[in-house]
Amino acid sequence: MAKPFAIRHQPGFTAIAAACFLMLYLPIGVLVIYAFNAATSTAVWGGFSLRWFHSAWNNAQVIDATLRSFQIAALGALLATTVAMMAALATTRTAPYPGLTLKYAMLNQPLMVPEIVTGVALLIFFSRIKIATGYSGLGYLIAAHTAFCIPFAYLPIRARLENMDLTLETAAADLYATPWKVFHRITLPLLWPGILAGFMLAFVISLDDVVITEFVKSGGQDTLPTYMLGQIRRGITPEINAISTAFLLLSVGIVTLFFFVSRKRD
Amino acid sequence: MNRAEQVARAAHRKDLRRRWLLSSPALLIILLAATGPLLIVLVYSFLTPGPYGDVAWRFSTDAWVSVFLERDIFDDTLSMAIAHATIFWRSVRLALATTFLTLILGFPTAYFISTRNPKTRDVWLFLITIPFWTNLLIRTFAVLQIIRNEGIINTALTKLSLISAPIQILYTDTAILIGMTYVYLPLMVLPIYASMEKLDFRLIEAGYDLYATRAQVLRRIILPLVKPGVIAGSILVFIPAVGAYVTPSVLGGGKNMMLSNLIELQFGQGRNWPLGSALSITVMGIVMAALLLYVRNASSTGIRHG
Repeated sequence: MAKPFAIRHQPGFTAIAAACFLMLYLPIGVLVIYAFNAATSTAVWGGFSLRWFHSAWNNAQVIDATLRSFQIAALGALLATTVAMMAALATTRTAPYPGLTLKYAMLNQPLMVPEIVTGVALLIFFSRIKIATGYSGLGYLIAAHTAFCIPFAYLPIRARLENMDLTLETAAADLYATPWKVFHRITLPLLWPGILAGFMLAFVISLDDVVITEFVKSGGQDTLPTYMLGQIRRGITPEINAISTAFLLLSVGIVTLFFFVSRKRD
Repeated sequence: MNRAEQVARAAHRKDLRRRWLLSSPALLIILLAATGPLLIVLVYSFLTPGPYGDVAWRFSTDAWVSVFLERDIFDDTLSMAIAHATIFWRSVRLALATTFLTLILGFPTAYFISTRNPKTRDVWLFLITIPFWTNLLIRTFAVLQIIRNEGIINTALTKLSLISAPIQILYTDTAILIGMTYVYLPLMVLPIYASMEKLDFRLIEAGYDLYATRAQVLRRIILPLVKPGVIAGSILVFIPAVGAYVTPSVLGGGKNMMLSNLIELQFGQGRNWPLGSALSITVMGIVMAALLLYVRNASSTGIRHG
């Protein structure tokens, strides 16, 4: 008997999909394997070793850049999530009002502009402020990261708010709860998964940024990605593989956590 | 106006005031660290370059002229700026090629995922999202390790005696194309999958019942229905590809510049901030044009499918 006719089958599609998945994971796999290479060269395999992880761990510049990355990502994501939550409360569950479209456009503006353009724009703007105020701390980087993280924090929070109905809040208000109490006792607990998703997205986005950081940073303010970019340009050692592997595990960890948290709470 | 109406209006005004107050911190941050600086770039593009970078505050259209034209140093005549035109053309061409390649690879992949059963579908989808959330620089570096002269492609081909000397891929346009296709592929798969997920497979069944071939079903039924996803994916890939900075600077080397590298050059060694600004605004223009095209297409397909 002939094979049953598979309606969902298209010839060749499965092969291309398989090639796609292979293509996506092969380079990452090679990168991770070579992080455990004992040889000094990145081209030949010299047996299994953790020496490059060890050397990265003892590299003061790497540790310094990592701590700075986390500091900026944590502060940037926290600020972005806070202001994005407030903005989401202000732009959802309402009839259109003057300025609402403008707000949407502005809140999503960082998504529309290529990173390189935002990078040079901030370079010009902040270099002026640096001259005027003499301040050259991490504030600029945190401000920049907060700004481009706002849309990533805003979108999941808004999506969550739009799916929440107003009855519970109205009921609480009917029972003489003050607006703050309604927010604290009703809205916030219901909104929590959205806030968490927004924060995690903003955190990962901030941690990943190379271009804007590269243009905004002052001397000695490397984050892990900008440090790595500098190293790759100079010539590669397996240490970069080790750092990449650690970084990779971290991102994958956060995203996996995010995946399960968002699934469980919905 | 009666009393109740007055109360309602006052409450409405209060609500609006509260909404503006709540959104003001986010709007202020974006205004200060995103929108405002863009306007400054626009202003800078009409100024004169300063001697050590930055600008002199004298109005000039030189930067804009030199985006497209170049002045001959001997007889002061203007002609097409060949160097800039080459870089523009390379950026747009590579971005279009990346979009095309990701579409060719991404469409079947999205179709494959959407035809799995719901349980395994999530796993496949998750496998697409993982690289998407992995640092772009790390993914570019991973590609570098594969395609360089000592990388596994060249090593394997040499070991198999198919080639005697390694093929130089790294630091060519091909390297940039491979790298960008690799890093932006998930951006193509995800939106196409999103519209395929909603695809009603009964329509395909009906197509087969009416004696359509597989190719006809693909072209006449599936493609028109997932067109919004294809357009969205193409836009999502094209926009970052045209302004890509990391991938061309890691895989392209110094010679194969794209627009972003040219812009960086003007703010660094070139010390021509107005030209850098004008080039930035031009990149913005290309992106806006692409977005506009998308919005027009999206609204027209929206109307046709109700």
